[in-house]
Amino acid sequence: MEPVIEVQGLTHVYIDAENTKVTALDNIDLQIMPGEFVAVIGANGSGKSTLARHLNALLLPSEGHVKIKGMDTMEEDNLWDIRQTVGMVFQNPDNQIVAAIVEEDVAFGPENIGVLPEEIRTRVDDALKAVDMTAYRTHAPHLLSGGQKQRIAIAGTLALGSECIVLDEPTAMLDPKGRKEILSTMLRLNKEKKITVVYITHFMVEAMLADRVVVMSEGKIRFQGTPREVFSRVEELERLGLEAPLAAKVAFELRKSGMKLPKEIITNEELAAAFG
Amino acid sequence: MSMKLEHVSYTYMPGTPYEKEALKDISLEIKKGEFVAVIGHTGSGKSTLVQNLNGLLHPTKGNASLDGVDLSGKSNEAKMARGRIGMVFQYPEHQLFAETVYEDIAFGPQNLGLNYEETDARVKDAMKFVGLDFETYAGRSPFSLSGGQMRRVAIAGVVAMNPDYLILDEPSAGLDPGSRDAVFAEVMELYKKRGTAIIMVTHSMEDAAQFAKRMLVVYDGRIIIDGKPGEVFLKEKEQLLKVGMDVPEVYKLADALRDKGLRLPKEITDAKTLLAEIKRRKGLR
Amino acid sequence: MLDITLGQYYPGNSFIHRLDPRTKILATLLLIVAVFLANTAVGYGALCVMVLFIIALSGLPFMLVLKSVKPLLFIIVLTLLLHTLLGQGEHVLYQWKFLKVTEEGVQMGVKMSMRLILLLMISSILTFTTSPIVLTDGIEALLRPFRVIGVPAHELAMMMTIALRFIPTLMEETDRIIKAQTARGADFSSGNLLARAKNMLPILVPLFISAFRRADDLAVAMEARCYRGGEGRTRMHQLAYHAGDAAAFVFAFAMIGLMAFLRWGPNVL
Repeated sequence: MEPVIEVQGLTHVYIDAENTKVTALDNIDLQIMPGEFVAVIGANGSGKSTLARHLNALLLPSEGHVKIKGMDTMEEDNLWDIRQTVGMVFQNPDNQIVAAIVEEDVAFGPENIGVLPEEIRTRVDDALKAVDMTAYRTHAPHLLSGGQKQRIAIAGTLALGSECIVLDEPTAMLDPKGRKEILSTMLRLNKEKKITVVYITHFMVEAMLADRVVVMSEGKIRFQGTPREVFSRVEELERLGLEAPLAAKVAFELRKSGMKLPKEIITNEELAAAFG
Repeated sequence: MSMKLEHVSYTYMPGTPYEKEALKDISLEIKKGEFVAVIGHTGSGKSTLVQNLNGLLHPTKGNASLDGVDLSGKSNEAKMARGRIGMVFQYPEHQLFAETVYEDIAFGPQNLGLNYEETDARVKDAMKFVGLDFETYAGRSPFSLSGGQMRRVAIAGVVAMNPDYLILDEPSAGLDPGSRDAVFAEVMELYKKRGTAIIMVTHSMEDAAQFAKRMLVVYDGRIIIDGKPGEVFLKEKEQLLKVGMDVPEVYKLADALRDKGLRLPKEITDAKTLLAEIKRRKGLR
Repeated sequence: MLDITLGQYYPGNSFIHRLDPRTKILATLLLIVAVFLANTAVGYGALCVMVLFIIALSGLPFMLVLKSVKPLLFIIVLTLLLHTLLGQGEHVLYQWKFLKVTEEGVQMGVKMSMRLILLLMISSILTFTTSPIVLTDGIEALLRPFRVIGVPAHELAMMMTIALRFIPTLMEETDRIIKAQTARGADFSSGNLLARAKNMLPILVPLFISAFRRADDLAVAMEARCYRGGEGRTRMHQLAYHAGDAAAFVFAFAMIGLMAFLRWGPNVL
């Protein structure tokens, strides 16, 4: 099977306001297969947002290559196909909604690529249904909650026909209810519509539900694996300014005190089971 | 010494089709030196509540006062009283405006009518307090700083007013664990060393449990729970879940362990205690 | 918490509400022509009846439409007074020094102010029955043929759409910033004009920074959603004329015809 996203030796260098060279991404290799749900975690400034922007050619590599279904982002002819294949959802719910009516906003993407009106209608209706926002079709976006606005943004990518959605800290500005809405929406789309998901977050609880977790710091991928593998590495995570789940931390401390516990405990239930 | 709400109701846009009663007959007293967490989901009325507490909004019915001074007044006394209540809004870095970090922090003290020396001392003090080196940062543009640093400048701008009461709306929103810990360490220092009363609006049960001594749960414009976090999370778990709130992870883990027969005392409010108790039960060091 | 309704759209589902926006814009222009053609009492009477008829069809409260006259009330009254008091003509009704009230003057004053009132009411019926968003669609569609002579129809419409989308957001933001600075003891109401302008900086600077940040974010988000200008772009909502629109056009042209007849036609009345 061909990967949806193939990142090879990606380096991103830019000149900052103080005229110094900053290496935001340093020789990154990453493959994401169709249908995967990959979480990317890392502290602020670890390069995770820069990586996201490379995945639909909003940024271009200083070195290396990013290929979306085999299409290199460096080739200009591929640009619009790449952006249709990989949809983006950004952090600030307010700043990515273009139109003053929900359904008009969802239609924005397909309108841009010249889809026929009847077809747009179908796509918009389907997309709104997929994110459970049909009831808000004719509402004004500024009256919606943060979670609802983000779901509109997700619908916008679906209407564009995206097979893969990259979400750049979509829940950072939301309340707990909104966070749950977005995460469960993405898990459902991943499962039911086989949408490939790249989910960038600094909430570890959210990353625990992914198929694979990629840990970044200082522009590099430090390690990756299943949530179980990643989150049981309590010490390394903390060194990178990240927090392991409570159960993993407690298990880690207990093991240090000499208690025999199974490896890779990350949930409360798993830890409790060891006491059963 | 206390701030008081007496039978306060607040209605947005009264007399229009958009009329909305955000607070319903709330009575509340917060004493100097308290640390209160205010929790509730978006739209519960918690933001309206704190804005009534510091005189930014004036009650539609009832009254809000600080040490007996009505906060809605136009008198100098009322103005002074409002000046004693600091407020750090959500994403406070979005309110920075001055050319230098120094000028921005000095804005509040200057508005209080302090002279140059006093203002200067306050700015230096506040910068030290939030851990920004004076020499390095005072002359820089606040907009050239990182997100975490900008937030500290914004907090310093409020701290420099030396408020007796400090209201913080989601002070850790959007920060990673490192910056979050730094911000909370500063807040705790204010609370402990200066005796500033802290009123913290938060979505995080963890933060409420870890820092606050008193917790208010706002739901549908009313305060439905008012108590010590430890007790609230133990006794009011059902009620919290019913209004869409949660309990901190450590309570959930302790419950899961109890379910498997591990005998743990009731009062486990943080990870350290939990760990110590497990070790004690299991005879570990 | 703030709810800002832009423009003055009065939601409804009347015959007038349902008309195609292009029809409404063009019919409004035609009726304005009709108003300018009217020059007899009968003509003005007919136009008043017509406006009442349209208001009845639209289901708008009469007082609401009448209120739209208010912003220009001063000018209307002034027009009436000037024509009445400084009137020209032979049939002098009253004279005091240079003030001369003539029958022709009164007639002229009434006509001119009626003309203003009718213009205001007709155009406000358009904005009352058409949401700003639909109005934008209509304007874009009407301007589209003029693209060949360089009218940026799509760009104008896009700008209007984004403005409609972001004005409420920026107003909320302004409210937030004002509160935050007020909490820091800022004073926006005292001092002379210069001092006051300076006092606005703590609001304006963060607001501009935020607006630029939003614009930046939005540009990236639009690009990510394949936006590349109006070229090759389609629209989900296709404007379509229906039987009602034809009726509206017939009606508007009939009004012009009637006014032209009353003006230039044989004097039958």
